[in-house]
Amino acid sequence: MSAWTPVCRLADLAVERGAAALLATSGEPEQIALFRMTDDEVLAVQQLDPYSGANVMARGIVGTRGGELTVAGPVYKQVFSLRTGRCLDAAGYTPRYGLPGDLTTYPARVVDGVVMVGSTGETSGGMRG
Amino acid sequence: MVAQRLVEALRTRDTGTWRVTVFAEEPRRPYDRVALTSYFSARDASQLALGDPALWEDPLVTLHLDRAVVAIDRESRTVRDRLGHVTPYDALVLATGSSAAVPPIEGADLGGVFVYRTIDDVAALRGWVTAQEAEAPTVRGKKRPVRGAVIGGGLLGLEAAGALRAMDAQATVIQFGTHLMDAQLDLGGGQALERLIRARGIDVRTSTATAAFRPRRGTRDVGRLDFAGGGRLDADVVVLATGVRPRDELAREAGLEIGPRGGAVVDLTCRTADPAIYAVGEVACIQGSCIGLVAPGYAMAEVVADQLLGGQGVFPGADTATKLKLTGVDVASFGDAHGRTPDAVEVVWADPVAGVYKKLVLADDARTLLGGVFVGDAEPYASLRPLLGGELPGDPSAFLLPAAADGAAKPEIALPDDATVCSCNNVTAGTIRAAVTEKGCTDLAGVKACTRAGTSCGSCLPLVKRLTTTELAKAGVAVSTALCEHFDLSRAQLFDAVRVVELRTFSAIIDRFGRVPDGADGPGRGCDICRPVIASILASLGSGHVLAGEQAALQDTNDHALANLQKDGTYSVVPRMPGGEVSPDGLIVIGQIARDFGLYTKVTGGQRIDLFGARIDQLPEIWGRLVEAGFESGHAYGKALRTVKSCVGSTWCRYGVQDSVGMAVNLELRYRGLRSPHKLKLGVSGCARECAEARAKDVGIIATDKGWNVYVGGNGGFTPRHAQLLAEDLDDAALVRTVDRFLMYYVRTADRLQRTAAWIEEVDGGLDGVRAVVMDDSLGIAADLDAAMAAHVAGYQDEWKAVLDDPEKLARFASFVNAPSTPDPDLAYVLERGQRRPARPGEREAVLVAGAVLPVLPVRTETAR
Ligand code: SRM
Ligand SMILES: Cc1cc2nc3c(=O)[nH]c(=O)nc-3n(C[C@H](O)[C@H](O)[C@H](O)COP(=O)(O)OP(=O)(O)OC[C@H]3O[C@@H](n4cnc5c(N)ncnc54)[C@H](O)[C@@H]3O)c2cc1C
Ligand code: SF4
Ligand code: FES
Repeated sequence: MSAWTPVCRLADLAVERGAAALLATSGEPEQIALFRMTDDEVLAVQQLDPYSGANVMARGIVGTRGGELTVAGPVYKQVFSLRTGRCLDAAGYTPRYGLPGDLTTYPARVVDGVVMVGSTGETSGGMRG
Repeated sequence: MVAQRLVEALRTRDTGTWRVTVFAEEPRRPYDRVALTSYFSARDASQLALGDPALWEDPLVTLHLDRAVVAIDRESRTVRDRLGHVTPYDALVLATGSSAAVPPIEGADLGGVFVYRTIDDVAALRGWVTAQEAEAPTVRGKKRPVRGAVIGGGLLGLEAAGALRAMDAQATVIQFGTHLMDAQLDLGGGQALERLIRARGIDVRTSTATAAFRPRRGTRDVGRLDFAGGGRLDADVVVLATGVRPRDELAREAGLEIGPRGGAVVDLTCRTADPAIYAVGEVACIQGSCIGLVAPGYAMAEVVADQLLGGQGVFPGADTATKLKLTGVDVASFGDAHGRTPDAVEVVWADPVAGVYKKLVLADDARTLLGGVFVGDAEPYASLRPLLGGELPGDPSAFLLPAAADGAAKPEIALPDDATVCSCNNVTAGTIRAAVTEKGCTDLAGVKACTRAGTSCGSCLPLVKRLTTTELAKAGVAVSTALCEHFDLSRAQLFDAVRVVELRTFSAIIDRFGRVPDGADGPGRGCDICRPVIASILASLGSGHVLAGEQAALQDTNDHALANLQKDGTYSVVPRMPGGEVSPDGLIVIGQIARDFGLYTKVTGGQRIDLFGARIDQLPEIWGRLVEAGFESGHAYGKALRTVKSCVGSTWCRYGVQDSVGMAVNLELRYRGLRSPHKLKLGVSGCARECAEARAKDVGIIATDKGWNVYVGGNGGFTPRHAQLLAEDLDDAALVRTVDRFLMYYVRTADRLQRTAAWIEEVDGGLDGVRAVVMDDSLGIAADLDAAMAAHVAGYQDEWKAVLDDPEKLARFASFVNAPSTPDPDLAYVLERGQRRPARPGEREAVLVAGAVLPVLPVRTETAR
């Protein structure tokens, strides 16, 4: 894990509603989805929805499953853990274009009201194939 | 009816030994006589169809309609029909049923005196009442109602009286015996029933014999009844419901043995003394009598099918349990209802104030169930009936006491697998359980289709449902009404709870009503099931804009973007066009916007225009221009009112009898924005030609000469349904009030994602129950529903206009929080038939090379940051 990139202000994020962001580290910017929780913690995952192939994860419904924070894919309603990116419920679908079914997560923290996102160290990339 | 079942049973099991010819006297396919009364409201003979119509297309089955058989020649084994054709047989089954008995009362042949047995009878009765209504004199400014009398206070008579009331005629039931339904009920039950019947506006005279029907002066039409003990009653229409006579004339003339009270005598294999001739159904005199119920008839059909195929089946004995099918009057009895078994013990619970009378008849051990009578509350009937002859689990009185009175739950009844649950179709508890455990049925509809349980009279449905649910629960399939892991309540319960405690935020609601899921240490933050449900409930309760405050985070992506998500992550835009009406100027604006933003444009199935392919960051500007031109959100994204489809109606159409467009526009403007459990669609047609396909809608309105007929519960989709008649000939104001109440009642009580058709099936009392609530205010909630709709209408605002006026809400439409006007770089399109569509995977490279992406306008507006 290398540098932290400032992305936006915490105040720009609505509580429990995702927002998409462009994460420009090196090369093509990556599309990520940021989620601000009720306690102002911010979690980040890839914006690409592996089950529809569209860049929409930020538009899913936030919630919990068995106490674990989740986001539901807005197109075909898969449920993903926001912390681990793991798909908890594939809702009977398989991912598109051979994409992995789990989401890549990104470390995120808030410093002086600014949301900082770290790189995952791998370039799984938000682009669909 | 029984003939149909016989052919069906034979064709299901036989591999081709038998070729069947059915001679029908009536000019229509066999129909559901038990549901005859529903013909008054449906007026559609096809709704009474029995079984799968494909049966009559079977090459081994021939059905001759309107071809009564007139003679049997046993010697040559042939029958002769009314056209003189002679047909040979190897086996002959008589299933000629009964005819309605006409008592030897003077004047029974007058006009206006009807029997109640066939579709033709009912159609004639209806026609007569309508004609009488038109002719009825006006007394003090009010039309005098048509006066009806029903002779006979049994099941059939009460059903007929209910039908007269439903046609707005007065009804008096004349009963010869001491109390109503004396064949099934004891005196106490009969008296309780009489109170209930009177409460339905039906007059009752017991211990009364009719001496004569007298014609109206100068006519041959009935005008008056004279009673044997003196006294008279004016009547414009009379229905005879004094019993039935087996149609045994063919058997008689063929020299077959006839029972003491008629009917062809058969043994337990349903065979007459002639080994080639069987008799089934009401015409069969079995175990010494004819049985006027369909369930034993079906059992006989199965026996004969079995015998014809070389089986050994015998008649198992008659289940004579009965349930009255009269809206709002709950009556049922089974077994030895009169307690005639020696030393029988009776346990009675009566509450005259509530109009409830319940009785169990037990053997002298005070445990073995011999029979029961239920009036006013037949709830225990469905679960107790199958226990007939077995031991009751627990204290008998516990089954009769109202649940609230003792606080304790009713004892659970575990039915043995061989207990018959559905007697119409002879389905046991074991078969229903197997449908779930072995055949993989996952809901009531599946179990019904798979076992046929509950598909005839329907009285067993509550029990079938409970068995299904229990079995599913055992199999670990979630069938509880719990919404999701966060709420134990159903949507309807949650709606009431939220309404009553007046909580208006998700956090407060989940704190108060949420449950702690397994493995969690608190109720959590909801999920994609309960959040949109609560969003919808809050919206239905008028809690401000759907994107206001915490509510925004509850919305499904479509409601959050106020647009419909497409497969590539862009959205579609659907402006409202009330009633499908649009001005040329409006069309031009839409055309310009579509051209400027390069949106794929299509006319929808709902009479309006859909613009596809708008990026989230483009939505505010597109809507800015639409709102400026006077358009509003069409709520194509919401579980809400979608469209009110109209036909052009009397404005232009030469056949139109009412202004269907005007009414459609009026209704669409009234209900626009109404959030509901599922989407809602309405339709209005200007005459019975029905060009608006209104009966395919949740609420369909069809113009009549006198006003509007309202149909409810239609939909297309996966399981298409035709809407059913709710009310007739309403004026404009009554129409709006009726639709208001219907919609609000649905909004409050339906399940998540349950459309009106499914809701009507599940809600208390079915369609009749809905009608009672909506038309007669049977629950006393009409004022409340009216007020709720009035509040909705008053509180309506265009969601898109409100967004455009509020920078905070507009900020939600950024493509990226750190690059608000940079479009998603992964979008790619190709042209097809002159418009663009998302590129498919293999086309993406080509797109970039060919550069076929349409030019789009600069995307951000000033206000949107
Ligand atoms: C656009 C349209 C098709 C068209 O090009 O004509 C359409 C498009 C969609 N329909 Fe439809 N339906 C459209 C008319 C219909 C009709 C015909 C009608 O309304 O007269 C029906 C059958 C009538 C009915 O609803 O009973 C219809 C039955 C459905 C169903 C099945 C509903 C059911 O009860 O089984 C769904 C699925 C659902 O809602 O759960 C559905 C769902 C959808 C969704 C919302 C699927 C989705 O979630 O993406 C589609 C997206 C709309 C969009 O992106 O704008 N659509 N859909 C029509 C829009 C009408 C409008 O102006 O609002
Ligand atoms: C309004 C009403 C409500 C009812 N409600 C219930 C209920 O809730 N529960 C219940 O169990 N039962 C009920 N019944 C009774 C039930 O309908 C009958 O028990 C059932 O229809 C008997 O079936 P079937 O086939 O023996 O006779 P039917 O259904 O009468 O069929 C006999 C057919 O044979 C035809 N036919 C007669 N003679 C000839 C001939 N020579 N050649 C050719 N065709 C001939 C007749 O026209 C008729 O169509 C009700 C009846 C009515 C009228
Ligand atoms: S339903 Fe009737 S009024 Fe409407 S367009 Fe058709 S024919 Fe004309
Ligand atoms: S008992 Fe009549 S349908 Fe089941």
